[in-house]
Amino acid sequence: MRTSSKRWFAVFVLPTFIAFCIAFLVPFIMGLYLSFCEFRTVSDAQFVGLQNYIRAFSENSDFINSLWFTVKFAFTAVISINVIAFLLALLLTRGIRGTNLFRTVFFMPNLIGGIVLGYIWQLIINGVLYNYGYSITSNAAFGYWGLVVLMSWQMIGYMMIIYIAGIQNIPTAILEAARVDGAGPLRTLRSIIIPSVMPSITICLFLTITNSFKLFDQNLALTAGAPSKQTQMVALDIYNTFYGRIGSEGVGQAKAVIFFILVAVVALLQLYFTRSREVEN
Amino acid sequence: MSKKLLSLILCISLLLSVMLLAGCGDRGSADVYFLNFKPESADVYTEIAKKYEEETGVSVKVVTAAANTYEQTLKSEIAKSNAPTIFQVNGPIGYESWKDYCLNIEGSDFAKLLSDDTLAIRDANGEGIYAVPYVVEGYGIIYNDAIMKKYFALSDKTVEIDSADQINSFATLKAVAEDMTAHKDELGIKGVFASTSLSSGEDWRWQTHLLNVPLYYELRDSEDYTDPTIAGLNAKEVAFRYAQNYKNLFDLYINNSITEKGLLGSKSTSDSMAEFALSQVAMVQNGNWAWSQIKDVKGNTVAEDDIKFLPLYTGITDEENQGLCIGTENYLAINKNASEDQQKKSLDFLYWLFSSETGKDYVTNKLDFITPFNSFSEAELPNDPLAREVVRYMNDENVNTVTWIFTSFPSDVFKTEVGGALLEYAQGNKEWTDVETTVKSMWKSERE
Repeated sequence: MRTSSKRWFAVFVLPTFIAFCIAFLVPFIMGLYLSFCEFRTVSDAQFVGLQNYIRAFSENSDFINSLWFTVKFAFTAVISINVIAFLLALLLTRGIRGTNLFRTVFFMPNLIGGIVLGYIWQLIINGVLYNYGYSITSNAAFGYWGLVVLMSWQMIGYMMIIYIAGIQNIPTAILEAARVDGAGPLRTLRSIIIPSVMPSITICLFLTITNSFKLFDQNLALTAGAPSKQTQMVALDIYNTFYGRIGSEGVGQAKAVIFFILVAVVALLQLYFTRSREVEN
Repeated sequence: MSKKLLSLILCISLLLSVMLLAGCGDRGSADVYFLNFKPESADVYTEIAKKYEEETGVSVKVVTAAANTYEQTLKSEIAKSNAPTIFQVNGPIGYESWKDYCLNIEGSDFAKLLSDDTLAIRDANGEGIYAVPYVVEGYGIIYNDAIMKKYFALSDKTVEIDSADQINSFATLKAVAEDMTAHKDELGIKGVFASTSLSSGEDWRWQTHLLNVPLYYELRDSEDYTDPTIAGLNAKEVAFRYAQNYKNLFDLYINNSITEKGLLGSKSTSDSMAEFALSQVAMVQNGNWAWSQIKDVKGNTVAEDDIKFLPLYTGITDEENQGLCIGTENYLAINKNASEDQQKKSLDFLYWLFSSETGKDYVTNKLDFITPFNSFSEAELPNDPLAREVVRYMNDENVNTVTWIFTSFPSDVFKTEVGGALLEYAQGNKEWTDVETTVKSMWKSERE
């Protein structure tokens, strides 16, 4: 049995492997190569060396500006999403009436697509700002906070579910022992619950950080960078560079590669730091 | 049991993925693949394709790019093995970027249809025909004559003239617009001008069309070139000499608008057209293509006979004889990399569309195109009110048409940046001089 399953291994892995190649490996390598090329469509590339990488920074300050905006956004969004999601998870693991209903309701925004959410929130925010003679494009701060609210609204439910799973995994014996030893709710939270859910924190931070950095459709639908690219995030800047001007396709591609490296580094650093704080149960 | 089930599932998934892969390759490849630029005509083109297949047996596939995404769609479509055989370039700048894909069609029946072959796009040496314009369009200020008549009938109006067609300069237009704003309750309108839509992707009426006017006058005075479009293509810099004129009209729009200045950033072109169609406003800047939008607004209250055009007066000296802005940015090109058979069939299709009785009927009555082709007689013109107005202005020998020189604007980035600056100016976050600087500096940097 064992040998036969080994023999069949290749056959069963093949479809997934082909799919992985087509959908990920080949485009990725092509993308890497294209970032060193000048091209119009992906099939007529001409090698130009590092020129695109230089142009990405020298041509204008859009890339740096959008990078800075993205970092600011990611910082706020990661904190707001994780803090609120964790608090909701604590609340919804206390066995209060209607827990399941609340969990479902909080999770639901996550099922709506980013573009739709972006337009819905644009309507809501404009609806409020209209009363004061403003719209979301009047001030970059409106767009910034709009994005934070939108992203939080969308991601909190998902993160909450992960935290709930983590909290429910804590053995009741430990919690009871803590109570017997006289630990108050805050002490229990700090010394028992948080260390025990470190694995969930790792995964939640990873998901929120990468998603906040890569945000595209919500950004496009909510503000599309207005006013004057001040609320443009990196992904949108890459898209606009690629399509905005003839001959800039390679520059967009180079920005995308830099962006990939950046996100990978940030995510790996975060994984390293939170992993080291995880405790064995 | 469960192992058997598992291996069964694995087998099925294997089978499915193989089928999926096979399925990908075998999507029907049509003889002619037309990538359409105009979303408003998408349905008509599909109908035309069906009709053509019935008549000749040649299959035509029509794909329409969503508004403002033509370049993106073309970029990804043309890299495919079933690439579009007919695609569109938006003038000389567009040709520059797609010249490796444009077939020389000089001498083909389709190219010979052009009544004036100087309109066609040629290569850098002025040879060959690589793209052919297929529709002539005009834009200006569309006004609702019913509301204008109501205004001119007022006893306490402050202007001398007594009908809208006597408006022949910016000064009169301004006097009329401002007086109408003062009387807007009596006229039953919410503002004189429809929203100056400045949300992203919806600002082309200002950063492209309106900007065409001052830059046309500047480039027309170029010493080196007689054709302002060619002057524009060769201009390394612009002085934006008529910036004040641009500001004149733009300010008039936003100061007498239905929408507060701070809210313009959330308005779209279709919002503006709806406001016009519902008679909430008297005027809107747009072109004759907007007729289908006005017509299709639910609860439309504008009578067909009341829709008229005014030129874009900006206070330029001797503008009394200025006409509409008329030109084209729609050029058809044949894909050089398509098979010879496909190229021939594509040219045949276009020839049929613009010369056969059936084809011409679609073009004039369904697509509402004013074409630059000699196969169309004087009588074969679209019947919508705006197209009729454009033809009227074109045929009037006393007016000077402002040609479309925006096809020589350096890039989309240039337009987007100008649009962004206009938005911030309208919202009061920027000064007018910042807009001027943006136009000048972006032209220079994008031309490089």
